[in-house]
Amino acid sequence: MHAGDELPPLAVTPDKYLTVRYAGASGDFNPIHIDEEFAHQVGLPGRILHGLYTMAQVARAQTDAGGGPQSLQRLSVQFRGMGLPEHELVVTGKVAAVQDGVAVVECGCEQGGKRIIRNAEAELRLPGT
Amino acid sequence: MGINPGVIGKTYPPAQYAVGREKIREYAQAVGETNPLHLDVEAARAAGYDDVVAPPMFAVVYSFPSLWPALFDPEVGIDFGRMVHGGQEFVWGPLVVAGDEITTTLSVADVSERAGNGFYVFATESVNQRGETVCSGRWSNIVRGA
Repeated sequence: MHAGDELPPLAVTPDKYLTVRYAGASGDFNPIHIDEEFAHQVGLPGRILHGLYTMAQVARAQTDAGGGPQSLQRLSVQFRGMGLPEHELVVTGKVAAVQDGVAVVECGCEQGGKRIIRNAEAELRLPGT
Repeated sequence: MGINPGVIGKTYPPAQYAVGREKIREYAQAVGETNPLHLDVEAARAAGYDDVVAPPMFAVVYSFPSLWPALFDPEVGIDFGRMVHGGQEFVWGPLVVAGDEITTTLSVADVSERAGNGFYVFATESVNQRGETVCSGRWSNIVRGA
């Protein structure tokens, strides 16, 4: 991995019931994620993805590229806008620098042309270091 | 809306979490992990781990319970219905595996107001049964102004 390298993009389309499974798995049962009627009542277009689910997709792109879960040392993200189920998410990343066996990756996640995670930065410990 | 910077530095009783094998699998499947380290005990043991390995973002599962007391603390005064998750950072130490016992301590790292919005930053420190820090988190929440 070298400065300027792009990570393989990770594309995933969360299915209709993903937010329900993620709510159970994570313990975050905020109704904006699982109740269509409630989401409309508070002015949302419908149930929205959990930000931390979307962050998990950014993390997965890093650990896939870094060779496993042990590679990911740090991940920092800013959430912007909202993600929706049944629409494709695409995570991209580019290596900004490599120093002392650690790659700094600038990354983000977009859906339908909107960047819903931006200014994300990961640190990956490269294998063999 | 009224913020209370006096709560900066406040800490809460630690939250305990016992990491279960099936919980790791449930989480890994929900987020679409395919690495057998997270799903298959034999694969994890063959790679030198005691049991299935938690994906790094499983930190959400073991550290989130520590947030509840602060989110609902009247001294912090968050209007929950107006809160959005603005940003998140995790720094990881040794990997967490099924069977670990994680203790998470939360402190209020910052409270500020800008352009009528309240900014609340919580810091979590999660430690395993050997006293190793497995994850430090910074949870940034924005409470939109009235």
